[in-house]
Amino acid sequence: MYAVHSGATIFGVVVIEADNHTHPSSGFSDIVRMEGVQKYFGAIHALRDVNLKVGRNEIVGLIGDNGAGKSTLIKVMTGVLPPSAGRLFVRDQLIDPADYSVRMAHDLSIETVYQDRSLADKQPLWRNFFVGRQITNRFGFIDIKKQKAIAEEILLKSIGFRGVGITVDSAVSQLSGGERQGIAIGRAMYYDADLIVLDEPTAALAVKEVRKVLDFVGKIRSSGRACVYIEHNLAHVHEVADRLVVLDRGAVVAEIKPEDMTVAELTDFLITLQHQADG
Amino acid sequence: MADRLAIPITRRIEGLPIIVVFVLLLGLFMTTAPQVFLAPFIYTTFLSTLPPLILLAIGLTFVIGSGEIDLSFPAIIGFAGFVFAVSFKEYELGWFSVLAGLAAGTLVGFLNGVLIAKVGIPSFITTLGTQFLWFGMATVLSGGKSYALRGAHQTSVWNVIVGRPLTGVDGPGWLWQLPMQALWTALIVVFLWFILNRHRFGEHTLFIGDSNDVSRVVGIDVDREKIKIFTLMGLLAAMAAIMLTLENKNYFGNQGQGYLLTAIASVLIGGTSIFGGRATIIGTVFGCLIIGMIEAGLVASGLTGAWVRTIQGLVFLFAIIFYLYVDEPQKRAAFFTRFGRSDEAAPKRTAVSINQREERS
Repeated sequence: MYAVHSGATIFGVVVIEADNHTHPSSGFSDIVRMEGVQKYFGAIHALRDVNLKVGRNEIVGLIGDNGAGKSTLIKVMTGVLPPSAGRLFVRDQLIDPADYSVRMAHDLSIETVYQDRSLADKQPLWRNFFVGRQITNRFGFIDIKKQKAIAEEILLKSIGFRGVGITVDSAVSQLSGGERQGIAIGRAMYYDADLIVLDEPTAALAVKEVRKVLDFVGKIRSSGRACVYIEHNLAHVHEVADRLVVLDRGAVVAEIKPEDMTVAELTDFLITLQHQADG
Repeated sequence: MADRLAIPITRRIEGLPIIVVFVLLLGLFMTTAPQVFLAPFIYTTFLSTLPPLILLAIGLTFVIGSGEIDLSFPAIIGFAGFVFAVSFKEYELGWFSVLAGLAAGTLVGFLNGVLIAKVGIPSFITTLGTQFLWFGMATVLSGGKSYALRGAHQTSVWNVIVGRPLTGVDGPGWLWQLPMQALWTALIVVFLWFILNRHRFGEHTLFIGDSNDVSRVVGIDVDREKIKIFTLMGLLAAMAAIMLTLENKNYFGNQGQGYLLTAIASVLIGGTSIFGGRATIIGTVFGCLIIGMIEAGLVASGLTGAWVRTIQGLVFLFAIIFYLYVDEPQKRAAFFTRFGRSDEAAPKRTAVSINQREERS
């Protein structure tokens, strides 16, 4: 009587046969798609009817003024905040907002690197690599030896911190801003993310450190991954993005191909947008 | 580069500064009061009187390590102790009264956690309020009476929890005095050391203390972990209450009141960060030993009891200053920022992160 058939709809959620899950990284067109997403904080309408797609190997630059909703948008995308309304698809599959969480986003290969919220200052690097998904026995005790060994490997091989005196036991507070971003980005790479979300990774960094981060964004594309890149500095985002999405007061107001506009034209465009809003 | 990243000696051996202080103090008291500190009975006395303090301080190590505070544990001692005492004495429930006492403390801790994590009231305010609530509740229910547990030492509850199992054996007299509560406390301390340093829950506790925001974005369920931390505190306070009541063979409502300052001081003296994010069980245990030893040592050295609190307060302040300047110099700036003094040498980022913490809380 209650048998569920393949493709049947229960409570509005499409039930898909388990077989379809065996190759999660193939057979989809968008890694993330948002449809009509709204977000309210009390009376504040932070996201207004946002429609946004991120393709499989695409770098999407997200730009807009302070308070335009960039951070809120990626928090909804990565499971930190639930949307108030609208639909979210990951690999073309509808996500139930009630189930969606950072942990689930991790399981779906979505990783986020925040400007200053990705690493805990006083904790050693090896704990920062694994926190939230520790390697444990079934009683929850951490396999410290194994975690340190893997952390060491990430440090030396993926991030290339050989010979700069940083060990897995170093506390995050001992690192420079660029080194921190390197650690956070290396962590995202290690977890083999299909989508890496970067929230202003170059803010508060010295110029030569910025270069390293931009090089990494290039690496994301060459490794076949997708990236959502929030950035204040238009020159940086113009350089690396395939597509620019402009947010203004919670709504997507324009989509721009970087090759259609120079950085100067883009700047003028945003200023005009701001003036229209003020006028 | 190597200098910048060197791990300070104080960090490499857990609790090293406090162990040094402990040894120095012990040496001092052995000189000023040799008749007491070179005899075994002061140490067997410590083993029977310090366990409640140690249990409370271990619970607080988790709470303070997570960047929170609990002021309500003296009231939990009053309330859970009452539940235990009345069911043990009036209803003669034996081991069930132990369970009832533990359940009462655990429940109070859980409610603290819910108020803090789900309702979002800062822990300082929440536990200040619940301190009055549960202390008042215990007073109302007990009618302000104390319960003398005469004959308790003939029960298995007394013998297992605070008994003297070696009484009557051949050997030096102090063996007879070794109390069971020291054994239980040692086991709990070792177990919770592993939880804090080796278990997922302990790691989450320290990350939450470091930053609620980072903890959320790395996928820690901050609310649930905070509820667990306060529930653990409640359970440990209930254990302390039961040990205290059985050891004294008497329950009175005020029995937890003296522990508020001493337990918090023990944790901070031990080297757990006042800002959260770093916590040490070994440091806390030595902090308790120091606090306990000061009391006995000063009196034995011929000073009046009135000096005890004064010296404890001084040691407490010295410890805070030591950790602020030697062990966590980068946090010094944040500390002054919080209390309204600017420090030019402060790295700006630290000040910002403290501001963010305050906005969140």
